[in-house]
Amino acid sequence: MDFSFSEEQTLLKDSVSRFVHNDYEFAARQKLVKSELGYSRDHWRTFAELGWLGVPFAEKDGGYGGGPLETMLLMEEFGKGLVVEPYVPTVLLAGALLRIAGKSAQKERYLPRIIDGSLQAAFAFAEPQGRFNLADLTTTAKKDGEDWLLEGYKCVVLNGPSADLLVVSARTTGAQRARTGVSLFLVDASAAGVSRRDYPTVDALRASEITFENVRLGKDAVLGRVGRALPVIEQAIDEATLAIGAEAVGCMEVLYKATVEYCKTREQFGQPIGKFQVLQHRMVDMFMEYEQSKSLMYMAAMRMAEGYGDEAKKAVSAFKVQVGKSGRFVGQNAVQLHGGMGMTDELNVGHYFKRLTTVDTLFGNVDHHLRRFGSL
Amino acid sequence: MNLELDAADRDFQAEVRAFIDAHWPDAARAQARDTVAREGRPSVVERAWFDALVARGWSVPHWPAAHGGANWSPTQHYIWARETAHADCPEMSPFGSRMLAPVLYTWGSPAQQAAHLPPIREARITWCQGYSEPGAGSDLASLTTRAVRDGDHYVVNGAKTWTSGAHHADWMFCLVRTDPHARKKQEGISFLLIDMRSPGIEIRPILILGEQHTVNGVTLNDVRVPLANRVGEENRGWTYAKGLLTHERTGIAGVARSQVALRRLRYLALANGLDDDDVFATKLDELEIELLALEMTELRTLATVEGGGAPGPESSILKIKGTEIAQRIDDLVIEALGYYALPYPAPQLIDNEGPIGPMNAVPAIRGMLYGRAASIFGGSNEIQKNIIAKAVLGL
Repeated sequence: MDFSFSEEQTLLKDSVSRFVHNDYEFAARQKLVKSELGYSRDHWRTFAELGWLGVPFAEKDGGYGGGPLETMLLMEEFGKGLVVEPYVPTVLLAGALLRIAGKSAQKERYLPRIIDGSLQAAFAFAEPQGRFNLADLTTTAKKDGEDWLLEGYKCVVLNGPSADLLVVSARTTGAQRARTGVSLFLVDASAAGVSRRDYPTVDALRASEITFENVRLGKDAVLGRVGRALPVIEQAIDEATLAIGAEAVGCMEVLYKATVEYCKTREQFGQPIGKFQVLQHRMVDMFMEYEQSKSLMYMAAMRMAEGYGDEAKKAVSAFKVQVGKSGRFVGQNAVQLHGGMGMTDELNVGHYFKRLTTVDTLFGNVDHHLRRFGSL
Repeated sequence: MNLELDAADRDFQAEVRAFIDAHWPDAARAQARDTVAREGRPSVVERAWFDALVARGWSVPHWPAAHGGANWSPTQHYIWARETAHADCPEMSPFGSRMLAPVLYTWGSPAQQAAHLPPIREARITWCQGYSEPGAGSDLASLTTRAVRDGDHYVVNGAKTWTSGAHHADWMFCLVRTDPHARKKQEGISFLLIDMRSPGIEIRPILILGEQHTVNGVTLNDVRVPLANRVGEENRGWTYAKGLLTHERTGIAGVARSQVALRRLRYLALANGLDDDDVFATKLDELEIELLALEMTELRTLATVEGGGAPGPESSILKIKGTEIAQRIDDLVIEALGYYALPYPAPQLIDNEGPIGPMNAVPAIRGMLYGRAASIFGGSNEIQKNIIAKAVLGL
């Protein structure tokens, strides 16, 4: 058993931490999220220069050769700064699908551009009727000679507005919820028949509703094996779940500490409100929720690093259940203990709360992962 | 970072398993299980287990090697706790081995160490803890049991309460007030070792919720205690007692015991018609996730200590979360039993007709009732939160 980090891992964590501390001050972040693009291209270039966009990719593919532990460290630090650059959609979703299922020609075509920061990508998997069931698909792809014709509708596609490349899940055979018959396609976002409606999300990210009308795709557009994509999707989503969970742990750390500091200085009834026992115990509860989440974060990352199987899936679901509950508790109570100030748009606290709330929904909420934990 | 045991730890685990197989066979386990209420002394099978531990040098592994400890790494302690819990091995009374011994080997005189540590190590003597008083519970430092010097003795007068096992104990370690005029109430307290056969000690049983007799009220009337039985300096007893709290955090969470209890609960649920009950299954899964988190928190603490560091802030939550989870398991056991959670036969009684309802219902009810104490004793969970608020959050 070993809970220590390697020198390389510590260096990575420190460099992300420095960036968040020096270059991601809250006021500057708020300017970014109100801009047209919603994030900073300069920051994205910095990520590329520092090698962060290559973290989960093999060295032979031009990456850093990292895995779940490295991603966890990076995302935990991102969480502390509420980083909005589309790292999860581009690197951890589309990137993971290419990494896991891509043929060498596909990897050669896209991975270097993801790693050097010149390509933005998104994974269009969710559909309105499917909730968190990754196999529940009404989007279809039908053979037309050598080509495929893609038809359907995807909802809340994160980074949809900026994406050059869309990875799209679609049913090629079988019933609407069948585990087989799911395939993945690489779609140029500007291809004929692709139309988008873009919008911001509650946590200041950008997303799109995307319609695919008779989109013609060549045979090279298939990512992985036709009809056998579900396990690949599950792995990529589990990796991303670990990542956003780690981000939430970073958010919780900021929130419980900010709340403690606020309660030490805010005076009412002639004393700092942190002297009141009812508030002290609430903050201890927040601290405990954070620590328990962090513990399961380590477990999930280590299980994922051991290899992707039922143990890893179970650990990720356990972590996501914990993060969903703890994130809600810590976020809501941080707002509560900050009182009226916690309700303002001006203070950072509410923005962490908003992110924690969306993290619970993203890739399956507490109920979904509790059911999955029990079924594995 | 990884969760795998290394080769040396796997060897150790194998050694522990072999030892348990040899010295705690299924027959002993079954006999121990069928003993409904345990007396203060080890039963025959327990005695044999303790003797085997003593012979192997494993009876008090957490002590310093010089006093008979096993010199294990924190990981080895974790393996030991897990393996013995999963095999239902008897545990030594914590009062001597875990609570008094660290005070003695840290602050006791050579004569006190020589007299008291070996019989604790060999499980030949039992101790009780004279801390709480009718007027001093969570606010322990306000205790009023008075010790006045008279030649080479103290004369002790006062009352202790909630004294677990006083009716079986040979000795009591006791906090007494030696200076009622000290500037702070914590500063006038001394730490005494009192022979329970001393004249002037009266023990009154206090029946707890399950009608068991485990705790007592103890009154001390002009009890004469040799000055030589004071541990450390006069009026410094609070420091020693508090120092004890920082010892041995590992294991306080009871993770391994809760894992066993949760596994039994899953069987119990199946046997009581809950196999198709989604609501109950969800409760079990939620509990299992909380227990996984607690286990990982304990492992994090362990890893820090193993690396030579002091336990991090996360260690402070082990007692609170550990007792909450154990009590939640007890609750669900009662739920799982359905109507057979109602019968309440006398605790000592096993009649020829056998138990009423499932065998495991008998200890379950009393186990749940007794388990409510876990979040009260050793510093209630509310006091634990006060401590975390102050020591960790700086409030």
